Amino acid sequence: MSGVRVLVGTRKGAFVLTSDGRREAWDINGPFFGGWEIYHVKGSPVDPNRLYASQSTGWFGQLIQRSDDGGKTWEPVGNQFQYDGVPGTHQWYDGTPHPWEFARVWHLEPSLSDPDTILAGVEDAGIFRSTDGGKSWQELPGLRGHGTGQSWQPGAGGMCLHTIIVDPSDPDRVFVAISAAGVFRTDDSGETWCPKNRGLRSGAIPDEDAEVGHCVHRLAMHPSRPNVLYMQKHWDIMRTDNAGESWEEVSGNLPTDFGFVIDVHAHEPETIYVVPIKSDSEHFPPDGKLRVYRSRTGGNEWEALTNGLPQRDCYVNVLRDAMAVDSMDDCGVYFGTTGGQVYASANAGNSWVPLVRDLPAVLSVEVQTLP
Amino acid sequence: MIRVVLPAHLRMLAQVGLEVELEVTGSPTQRSLLDALEAAYPVLQGTIRDPVRQTRRAFVRFFACEDDLSHESPDAPLPDAVVSGVEPFFVIGAMAGG
Repeated sequence: MSGVRVLVGTRKGAFVLTSDGRREAWDINGPFFGGWEIYHVKGSPVDPNRLYASQSTGWFGQLIQRSDDGGKTWEPVGNQFQYDGVPGTHQWYDGTPHPWEFARVWHLEPSLSDPDTILAGVEDAGIFRSTDGGKSWQELPGLRGHGTGQSWQPGAGGMCLHTIIVDPSDPDRVFVAISAAGVFRTDDSGETWCPKNRGLRSGAIPDEDAEVGHCVHRLAMHPSRPNVLYMQKHWDIMRTDNAGESWEEVSGNLPTDFGFVIDVHAHEPETIYVVPIKSDSEHFPPDGKLRVYRSRTGGNEWEALTNGLPQRDCYVNVLRDAMAVDSMDDCGVYFGTTGGQVYASANAGNSWVPLVRDLPAVLSVEVQTLP
Repeated sequence: MIRVVLPAHLRMLAQVGLEVELEVTGSPTQRSLLDALEAAYPVLQGTIRDPVRQTRRAFVRFFACEDDLSHESPDAPLPDAVVSGVEPFFVIGAMAGG
Protein backbone atom coordinates (compact mmCIF):
# COMPACT_ATOMS: atom_id res chain seq x y z
CA MET A 1 0.00 0.00 0.00
CA SER A 2 1.41 3.37 -1.01
CA GLY A 3 -0.51 5.67 1.26
CA VAL A 4 -3.69 6.89 2.81
CA ARG A 5 -6.10 9.63 1.79
CA VAL A 6 -8.59 10.98 4.33
CA LEU A 7 -11.63 12.77 2.91
CA VAL A 8 -13.16 15.23 5.34
CA GLY A 9 -16.51 16.97 4.90
CA THR A 10 -17.16 19.99 7.11
CA ARG A 11 -19.72 22.72 7.67
CA LYS A 12 -17.66 25.07 5.51
CA GLY A 13 -15.92 23.01 2.87
CA ALA A 14 -14.04 19.79 2.13
CA PHE A 15 -10.48 18.86 3.00
CA VAL A 16 -8.22 16.10 1.67
CA LEU A 17 -5.52 14.79 4.02
CA THR A 18 -2.81 12.58 2.55
CA SER A 19 0.09 10.59 3.93
CA ASP A 20 2.40 7.81 2.90
CA GLY A 21 2.03 4.34 4.36
CA ARG A 22 3.75 5.31 7.60
CA ARG A 23 0.95 7.76 8.41
CA GLU A 24 3.26 10.07 10.32
CA ALA A 25 3.40 13.22 8.18
CA TRP A 26 0.23 14.59 6.63
CA ASP A 27 -0.51 17.13 3.91
CA ILE A 28 -3.72 19.09 4.42
CA ASN A 29 -5.36 20.30 1.20
CA GLY A 30 -8.42 22.52 1.08
CA PRO A 31 -10.81 23.99 1.70
CA PHE A 32 -12.58 22.85 -1.43
CA PHE A 33 -16.02 24.45 -1.96
CA GLY A 34 -15.30 26.97 0.80
CA GLY A 35 -18.38 28.17 2.64
CA TRP A 36 -20.57 25.26 1.51
CA GLU A 37 -21.69 22.40 3.73
CA ILE A 38 -20.03 19.18 2.62
CA TYR A 39 -22.03 16.38 4.13
CA HIS A 40 -20.00 13.57 2.58
CA VAL A 41 -17.03 12.83 0.35
CA LYS A 42 -16.33 9.28 -0.77
CA GLY A 43 -14.11 7.54 -3.31
CA SER A 44 -14.84 4.71 -5.70
CA PRO A 45 -13.48 1.35 -4.52
CA VAL A 46 -12.78 0.56 -8.18
CA ASP A 47 -10.99 3.78 -9.13
CA PRO A 48 -9.55 5.56 -6.07
CA ASN A 49 -9.04 8.76 -8.03
CA ARG A 50 -12.79 9.01 -8.67
CA LEU A 51 -14.30 10.92 -5.77
CA TYR A 52 -17.79 12.23 -5.19
CA ALA A 53 -18.77 15.06 -2.85
CA SER A 54 -22.15 16.26 -1.62
CA GLN A 55 -22.14 20.07 -1.57
CA SER A 56 -25.09 22.10 -0.31
CA THR A 57 -26.26 25.27 1.37
CA GLY A 58 -29.63 26.43 2.57
CA TRP A 59 -29.32 29.31 0.10
CA PHE A 60 -28.45 27.64 -3.18
CA GLY A 61 -29.40 24.00 -2.71
CA GLN A 62 -27.60 20.81 -3.61
CA LEU A 63 -24.78 20.01 -5.99
CA ILE A 64 -22.80 16.86 -6.54
CA GLN A 65 -19.12 17.39 -7.30
CA ARG A 66 -16.90 14.78 -8.93
CA SER A 67 -13.14 14.49 -9.08
CA ASP A 68 -11.13 12.21 -11.36
CA ASP A 69 -7.73 13.05 -9.92
CA GLY A 70 -8.06 12.17 -6.27
CA GLY A 71 -9.50 15.49 -5.20
CA LYS A 72 -7.07 17.91 -6.84
CA THR A 73 -9.73 19.25 -9.20
CA TRP A 74 -13.51 18.98 -9.14
CA GLU A 75 -16.37 19.26 -11.58
CA PRO A 76 -20.02 19.90 -10.69
CA VAL A 77 -22.21 17.16 -12.14
CA GLY A 78 -25.89 16.58 -11.43
CA ASN A 79 -28.13 18.32 -8.94
CA GLN A 80 -31.60 17.13 -9.95
CA PHE A 81 -33.06 14.89 -7.25
CA GLN A 82 -36.71 14.49 -8.11
CA TYR A 83 -38.81 11.98 -6.21
CA ASP A 84 -40.56 9.43 -8.38
CA GLY A 85 -44.19 10.27 -9.10
CA VAL A 86 -46.28 12.17 -6.57
CA PRO A 87 -44.11 12.20 -3.44
CA GLY A 88 -46.94 12.01 -0.91
CA THR A 89 -46.47 12.71 2.79
CA HIS A 90 -44.62 11.48 5.83
CA GLN A 91 -45.28 12.53 9.43
CA TRP A 92 -44.00 15.83 10.71
CA TYR A 93 -42.59 16.27 14.22
CA ASP A 94 -46.11 16.88 15.57
CA GLY A 95 -47.54 13.83 13.83
CA THR A 96 -49.33 15.71 11.06
CA PRO A 97 -48.82 14.76 7.40
CA HIS A 98 -45.97 16.65 5.75
CA PRO A 99 -45.09 16.61 2.06
CA TRP A 100 -41.90 14.88 1.05
CA GLU A 101 -39.38 17.63 0.19
CA PHE A 102 -35.82 17.13 -1.00
CA ALA A 103 -33.33 18.99 1.19
CA ARG A 104 -29.83 17.54 0.68
CA VAL A 105 -27.69 14.48 0.08
CA TRP A 106 -26.36 13.05 3.34
CA HIS A 107 -24.44 10.04 2.10
CA LEU A 108 -22.84 8.88 -1.14
CA GLU A 109 -22.06 5.20 -1.69
CA PRO A 110 -20.08 4.41 -4.85
CA SER A 111 -20.56 1.00 -6.44
CA LEU A 112 -18.17 -1.79 -5.58
CA SER A 113 -17.72 -2.58 -9.29
CA ASP A 114 -18.41 0.47 -11.45
CA PRO A 115 -16.98 3.95 -10.82
CA ASP A 116 -19.89 5.59 -12.66
CA THR A 117 -22.56 3.98 -10.50
CA ILE A 118 -23.34 5.49 -7.13
CA LEU A 119 -26.16 5.55 -4.57
CA ALA A 120 -27.20 8.66 -2.68
CA GLY A 121 -29.10 8.81 0.60
CA VAL A 122 -31.09 12.00 0.92
CA GLU A 123 -33.26 14.12 3.22
CA ASP A 124 -36.28 13.80 3.17
CA ALA A 125 -35.44 10.14 3.34
CA GLY A 126 -35.07 8.42 0.01
CA ILE A 127 -32.44 6.67 -2.06
CA PHE A 128 -31.30 7.66 -5.54
CA ARG A 129 -28.99 5.98 -8.04
CA SER A 130 -26.81 7.41 -10.77
CA THR A 131 -25.23 5.24 -13.45
CA ASP A 132 -23.55 8.05 -15.36
CA GLY A 133 -21.05 9.35 -12.87
CA GLY A 134 -23.47 11.57 -10.98
CA LYS A 135 -24.86 13.50 -13.96
CA SER A 136 -28.41 12.21 -13.57
CA TRP A 137 -30.20 10.63 -10.62
CA GLN A 138 -33.21 8.35 -10.41
CA GLU A 139 -35.03 7.48 -7.22
CA LEU A 140 -35.47 3.86 -6.15
CA PRO A 141 -39.08 4.47 -5.14
CA GLY A 142 -39.69 1.05 -3.63
CA LEU A 143 -38.15 2.23 -0.38
CA ARG A 144 -40.52 5.11 0.30
CA GLY A 145 -43.38 3.18 -1.25
CA HIS A 146 -43.08 -0.17 0.50
CA GLY A 147 -45.84 0.66 2.96
CA THR A 148 -44.50 2.35 6.08
CA GLY A 149 -43.26 5.60 4.52
CA GLN A 150 -46.31 7.59 5.54
CA SER A 151 -45.50 6.90 9.20
CA TRP A 152 -41.84 7.94 9.12
CA GLN A 153 -40.90 10.96 11.22
CA PRO A 154 -37.76 13.11 11.19
CA GLY A 155 -35.12 12.93 13.87
CA ALA A 156 -33.70 16.09 15.36
CA GLY A 157 -31.35 16.49 12.40
CA GLY A 158 -34.04 15.98 9.79
CA MET A 159 -35.49 12.88 8.16
CA CYS A 160 -32.31 11.68 6.58
CA LEU A 161 -31.18 8.48 4.91
CA HIS A 162 -27.63 8.53 6.26
CA THR A 163 -26.25 5.01 5.91
CA ILE A 164 -25.96 2.82 2.81
CA ILE A 165 -24.10 -0.50 2.97
CA VAL A 166 -23.82 -2.77 -0.06
CA ASP A 167 -23.23 -6.47 0.67
CA PRO A 168 -19.92 -7.24 -1.07
CA SER A 169 -20.88 -10.91 -1.47
CA ASP A 170 -24.23 -10.05 -3.06
CA PRO A 171 -24.44 -6.51 -4.50
CA ASP A 172 -28.21 -6.85 -4.95
CA ARG A 173 -28.49 -6.76 -1.15
CA VAL A 174 -28.29 -3.26 0.30
CA PHE A 175 -28.92 -2.03 3.83
CA VAL A 176 -29.96 1.55 4.54
CA ALA A 177 -30.72 3.38 7.77
CA ILE A 178 -33.02 6.34 8.26
CA SER A 179 -33.35 8.66 11.21
CA ALA A 180 -35.94 8.22 12.65
CA ALA A 181 -37.47 5.29 10.78
CA GLY A 182 -34.96 2.47 11.16
CA VAL A 183 -33.16 -0.11 9.04
CA PHE A 184 -34.39 -1.34 5.66
CA ARG A 185 -33.00 -4.02 3.36
CA THR A 186 -33.39 -4.83 -0.29
CA ASP A 187 -32.39 -8.15 -1.84
CA ASP A 188 -33.20 -7.18 -5.42
CA SER A 189 -31.01 -4.16 -6.03
CA GLY A 190 -33.47 -1.63 -4.71
CA GLU A 191 -36.72 -2.74 -6.31
CA THR A 192 -38.35 -3.85 -3.06
CA TRP A 193 -37.50 -3.14 0.58
CA CYS A 194 -38.42 -4.48 4.01
CA PRO A 195 -37.97 -3.00 7.48
CA LYS A 196 -35.37 -4.90 9.52
CA ASN A 197 -35.86 -3.60 13.03
CA ARG A 198 -36.95 -6.60 15.07
CA GLY A 199 -35.29 -6.48 18.45
CA LEU A 200 -34.82 -2.72 18.52
CA ARG A 201 -36.52 -1.10 21.50
CA SER A 202 -36.96 2.66 21.69
CA GLY A 203 -38.59 4.01 24.80
CA ALA A 204 -39.34 7.37 23.24
CA ILE A 205 -41.96 6.01 20.84
CA PRO A 206 -45.46 4.85 21.76
CA ASP A 207 -44.88 1.21 20.80
CA GLU A 208 -41.36 0.42 21.97
CA ASP A 209 -41.16 -2.58 19.62
CA ALA A 210 -42.69 -0.93 16.56
CA GLU A 211 -41.72 -2.13 13.09
CA VAL A 212 -40.49 1.37 12.19
CA GLY A 213 -39.87 4.60 14.05
CA HIS A 214 -36.48 3.79 15.56
CA CYS A 215 -33.80 6.46 15.47
CA VAL A 216 -30.90 4.50 14.04
CA HIS A 217 -27.78 6.66 13.96
CA ARG A 218 -25.33 4.45 12.09
CA LEU A 219 -24.63 0.94 10.81
CA ALA A 220 -21.30 -0.79 10.16
CA MET A 221 -20.32 -4.08 8.54
CA HIS A 222 -17.09 -5.97 8.00
CA PRO A 223 -16.92 -7.06 4.35
CA SER A 224 -15.96 -10.63 5.26
CA ARG A 225 -19.07 -11.04 7.44
CA PRO A 226 -21.96 -9.45 5.54
CA ASN A 227 -24.63 -10.99 7.77
CA VAL A 228 -23.20 -9.29 10.84
CA LEU A 229 -24.07 -5.63 11.26
CA TYR A 230 -23.41 -3.33 14.16
CA MET A 231 -25.61 -0.37 15.01
CA GLN A 232 -25.31 2.78 17.03
CA LYS A 233 -28.93 3.53 17.75
CA HIS A 234 -30.00 6.80 19.37
CA TRP A 235 -29.52 4.92 22.61
CA ASP A 236 -28.12 1.36 22.52
CA ILE A 237 -25.38 -0.44 20.62
CA MET A 238 -26.98 -3.30 18.71
CA ARG A 239 -25.81 -6.22 16.61
CA THR A 240 -27.40 -8.66 14.19
CA ASP A 241 -25.94 -11.96 13.05
CA ASN A 242 -28.63 -12.69 10.48
CA ALA A 243 -28.60 -9.67 8.16
CA GLY A 244 -31.08 -7.70 10.19
CA GLU A 245 -33.71 -10.36 10.84
CA SER A 246 -33.21 -9.79 14.57
CA TRP A 247 -31.08 -7.48 16.70
CA GLU A 248 -29.64 -7.83 20.18
CA GLU A 249 -28.18 -5.20 22.44
CA VAL A 250 -24.42 -5.27 23.05
CA SER A 251 -23.98 -2.00 24.95
CA GLY A 252 -22.42 -3.89 27.86
CA ASN A 253 -20.19 -1.82 30.13
CA LEU A 254 -20.16 1.43 28.13
CA PRO A 255 -20.44 4.56 30.30
CA THR A 256 -23.34 5.68 28.08
CA ASP A 257 -24.77 3.98 25.04
CA PHE A 258 -25.85 7.17 23.28
CA GLY A 259 -23.70 8.21 20.36
CA PHE A 260 -23.49 8.53 16.62
CA VAL A 261 -20.55 6.67 15.06
CA ILE A 262 -19.72 2.99 14.94
CA ASP A 263 -17.13 1.23 12.82
CA VAL A 264 -15.34 -2.11 12.44
CA HIS A 265 -11.60 -2.90 12.39
CA ALA A 266 -10.39 -3.62 8.86
CA HIS A 267 -8.96 -7.06 9.69
CA GLU A 268 -10.80 -8.15 12.85
CA PRO A 269 -14.55 -8.50 12.26
CA GLU A 270 -15.30 -8.68 15.98
CA THR A 271 -13.37 -5.51 16.84
CA ILE A 272 -15.63 -2.48 16.82
CA TYR A 273 -15.38 1.17 17.83
CA VAL A 274 -17.84 3.71 19.23
CA VAL A 275 -17.57 7.17 20.78
CA PRO A 276 -20.00 7.39 23.71
CA ILE A 277 -21.79 10.72 24.05
CA LYS A 278 -23.40 11.75 27.33
CA SER A 279 -27.02 12.01 26.17
CA ASP A 280 -29.40 13.22 23.52
CA SER A 281 -29.81 16.47 25.39
CA GLU A 282 -26.07 16.98 26.03
CA HIS A 283 -24.22 16.19 22.83
CA PHE A 284 -20.73 15.95 24.30
CA PRO A 285 -18.58 13.24 25.89
CA PRO A 286 -19.17 12.28 29.54
CA ASP A 287 -17.00 14.13 32.07
CA GLY A 288 -15.36 16.27 29.37
CA LYS A 289 -13.21 13.28 28.34
CA LEU A 290 -13.04 12.27 24.69
CA ARG A 291 -12.85 8.50 24.69
CA VAL A 292 -13.15 5.97 21.91
CA TYR A 293 -14.38 2.63 23.18
CA ARG A 294 -13.24 -0.59 21.55
CA SER A 295 -14.74 -4.04 21.86
CA ARG A 296 -12.72 -7.02 20.65
CA THR A 297 -15.64 -9.36 21.29
CA GLY A 298 -18.24 -7.91 18.96
CA GLY A 299 -19.78 -5.88 21.75
CA ASN A 300 -20.69 -6.14 25.44
CA GLU A 301 -17.08 -5.91 26.69
CA TRP A 302 -15.61 -2.48 26.02
CA GLU A 303 -12.32 -0.77 26.84
CA ALA A 304 -11.68 2.97 26.83
CA LEU A 305 -9.01 4.25 24.43
CA THR A 306 -7.69 7.57 25.70
CA ASN A 307 -3.99 7.81 24.83
CA GLY A 308 -3.57 11.06 22.92
CA LEU A 309 -7.19 12.18 23.27
CA PRO A 310 -8.16 15.15 25.47
CA GLN A 311 -9.16 13.95 28.94
CA ARG A 312 -10.41 17.21 30.35
CA ASP A 313 -12.58 20.12 29.24
CA CYS A 314 -13.55 18.46 25.97
CA TYR A 315 -17.13 19.08 24.84
CA VAL A 316 -17.16 18.19 21.15
CA ASN A 317 -19.41 15.73 19.38
CA VAL A 318 -18.56 13.09 16.77
CA LEU A 319 -21.26 12.91 14.11
CA ARG A 320 -22.60 9.77 12.50
CA ASP A 321 -20.53 9.71 9.30
CA ALA A 322 -17.33 10.97 10.93
CA MET A 323 -15.43 7.74 11.62
CA ALA A 324 -13.59 5.46 9.20
CA VAL A 325 -10.79 2.90 9.08
CA ASP A 326 -7.95 2.23 6.66
CA SER A 327 -6.83 -1.26 5.67
CA MET A 328 -3.10 -0.98 6.27
CA ASP A 329 -1.53 -3.94 8.10
CA ASP A 330 -1.86 -2.02 11.35
CA CYS A 331 -5.43 -0.84 10.97
CA GLY A 332 -5.77 2.93 11.11
CA VAL A 333 -8.83 4.47 12.75
CA TYR A 334 -9.90 8.07 12.09
CA PHE A 335 -12.62 10.34 13.39
CA GLY A 336 -13.55 14.01 13.19
CA THR A 337 -15.23 16.24 15.74
CA THR A 338 -17.59 19.17 15.75
CA GLY A 339 -14.65 21.14 17.15
CA GLY A 340 -12.77 20.70 13.88
CA GLN A 341 -10.22 18.12 14.99
CA VAL A 342 -9.45 15.01 12.96
CA TYR A 343 -7.84 12.35 15.15
CA ALA A 344 -6.05 9.27 13.82
CA SER A 345 -4.67 6.11 15.30
CA ALA A 346 -2.17 4.07 13.28
CA ASN A 347 -2.38 1.18 15.76
CA ALA A 348 -6.03 0.21 15.91
CA GLY A 349 -6.88 2.77 18.55
CA ASN A 350 -4.10 2.22 21.09
CA SER A 351 -2.87 5.79 20.68
CA TRP A 352 -4.14 8.85 18.86
CA VAL A 353 -2.77 12.01 17.28
CA PRO A 354 -4.61 14.97 15.80
CA LEU A 355 -3.97 15.24 12.06
CA VAL A 356 -5.46 18.73 12.11
CA ARG A 357 -7.04 20.68 14.94
CA ASP A 358 -8.94 23.68 13.67
CA LEU A 359 -11.15 22.80 10.73
CA PRO A 360 -14.81 23.82 10.63
CA ALA A 361 -17.13 21.35 12.36
CA VAL A 362 -16.52 17.94 10.83
CA LEU A 363 -19.55 16.25 9.27
CA SER A 364 -17.92 13.21 7.69
CA VAL A 365 -14.66 11.31 7.47
CA GLU A 366 -13.84 8.68 4.87
CA VAL A 367 -10.52 6.92 4.28
CA GLN A 368 -8.97 5.51 1.14
CA THR A 369 -6.10 3.06 1.40
CA LEU A 370 -4.22 3.74 -1.81
CA PRO A 371 -2.66 0.94 -3.88
CA MET B 1 -27.25 43.25 -23.01
CA ILE B 2 -28.59 42.69 -19.51
CA ARG B 3 -26.08 42.81 -16.67
CA VAL B 4 -26.50 40.29 -13.85
CA VAL B 5 -24.58 40.45 -10.58
CA LEU B 6 -24.24 37.09 -8.85
CA PRO B 7 -23.36 36.31 -5.22
CA ALA B 8 -19.89 35.02 -4.47
CA HIS B 9 -20.81 31.34 -4.16
CA LEU B 10 -22.53 31.32 -7.53
CA ARG B 11 -19.71 33.27 -9.19
CA MET B 12 -17.31 30.57 -8.00
CA LEU B 13 -19.57 27.83 -9.32
CA ALA B 14 -20.01 29.47 -12.71
CA GLN B 15 -16.38 30.61 -12.77
CA VAL B 16 -17.29 34.18 -13.68
CA GLY B 17 -16.50 37.65 -12.39
CA LEU B 18 -18.78 40.04 -10.54
CA GLU B 19 -21.08 40.60 -13.51
CA VAL B 20 -22.22 38.54 -16.45
CA GLU B 21 -23.90 39.96 -19.54
CA LEU B 22 -26.76 38.16 -21.20
CA GLU B 23 -28.72 38.63 -24.40
CA VAL B 24 -32.44 38.06 -23.81
CA THR B 25 -34.77 38.10 -26.78
CA GLY B 26 -38.29 39.54 -26.72
CA SER B 27 -39.59 41.42 -23.71
CA PRO B 28 -37.26 40.36 -20.88
CA THR B 29 -38.75 39.05 -17.64
CA GLN B 30 -37.26 37.44 -14.55
CA ARG B 31 -38.15 34.08 -16.02
CA SER B 32 -36.56 34.66 -19.42
CA LEU B 33 -33.52 36.29 -17.84
CA LEU B 34 -32.96 33.33 -15.49
CA ASP B 35 -33.60 30.92 -18.37
CA ALA B 36 -30.87 32.70 -20.33
CA LEU B 37 -28.56 32.70 -17.32
CA GLU B 38 -29.01 28.96 -16.78
CA ALA B 39 -28.57 28.25 -20.47
CA ALA B 40 -25.27 30.13 -20.48
CA TYR B 41 -24.14 28.59 -17.19
CA PRO B 42 -25.85 25.22 -16.71
CA VAL B 43 -24.16 24.69 -13.34
CA LEU B 44 -26.51 27.36 -11.97
CA GLN B 45 -29.61 25.30 -12.74
CA GLY B 46 -31.31 24.60 -9.45
CA THR B 47 -29.23 27.07 -7.43
CA ILE B 48 -31.43 30.17 -7.87
CA ARG B 49 -34.75 28.47 -8.61
CA ASP B 50 -36.03 25.17 -7.31
CA PRO B 51 -35.16 22.70 -10.06
CA VAL B 52 -38.61 21.11 -10.04
CA ARG B 53 -41.02 23.95 -9.30
CA GLN B 54 -38.89 26.66 -10.94
CA THR B 55 -39.74 29.01 -8.06
CA ARG B 56 -37.21 31.32 -6.42
CA ARG B 57 -35.35 29.67 -3.58
CA ALA B 58 -36.44 31.02 -0.21
CA PHE B 59 -33.08 32.59 0.68
CA VAL B 60 -32.45 34.13 -2.74
CA ARG B 61 -33.57 37.67 -3.50
CA PHE B 62 -33.69 39.78 -6.66
CA PHE B 63 -32.89 43.49 -6.53
CA ALA B 64 -32.69 46.12 -9.29
CA CYS B 65 -32.91 49.91 -9.45
CA GLU B 66 -32.95 50.03 -5.63
CA ASP B 67 -36.14 47.93 -5.54
CA ASP B 68 -36.72 44.43 -4.20
CA LEU B 69 -38.18 42.50 -7.14
CA SER B 70 -38.23 39.18 -5.30
CA HIS B 71 -41.99 39.01 -5.04
CA GLU B 72 -42.73 40.30 -8.54
CA SER B 73 -44.34 37.88 -10.94
CA PRO B 74 -41.63 35.95 -12.80
CA ASP B 75 -43.39 36.99 -15.99
CA ALA B 76 -43.50 40.72 -15.23
CA PRO B 77 -41.35 42.88 -17.52
CA LEU B 78 -37.97 43.86 -16.09
CA PRO B 79 -37.35 47.59 -15.48
CA ASP B 80 -36.27 49.53 -18.55
CA ALA B 81 -32.97 50.48 -16.91
CA VAL B 82 -32.16 46.78 -16.48
CA VAL B 83 -33.18 45.91 -20.03
CA SER B 84 -31.03 48.70 -21.42
CA GLY B 85 -28.04 47.69 -19.32
CA VAL B 86 -27.90 50.93 -17.35
CA GLU B 87 -28.63 49.12 -14.09
CA PRO B 88 -27.68 45.53 -13.19
CA PHE B 89 -30.04 42.83 -11.98
CA PHE B 90 -28.79 41.60 -8.60
CA VAL B 91 -29.15 37.99 -7.44
CA ILE B 92 -28.60 38.13 -3.67
CA GLY B 93 -28.04 35.44 -1.09
CA ALA B 94 -30.25 36.66 1.74
CA MET B 95 -28.47 37.60 4.95
CA ALA B 96 -29.68 34.88 7.27
CA GLY B 97 -28.24 32.41 9.68
CA GLY B 98 -26.00 34.74 11.67
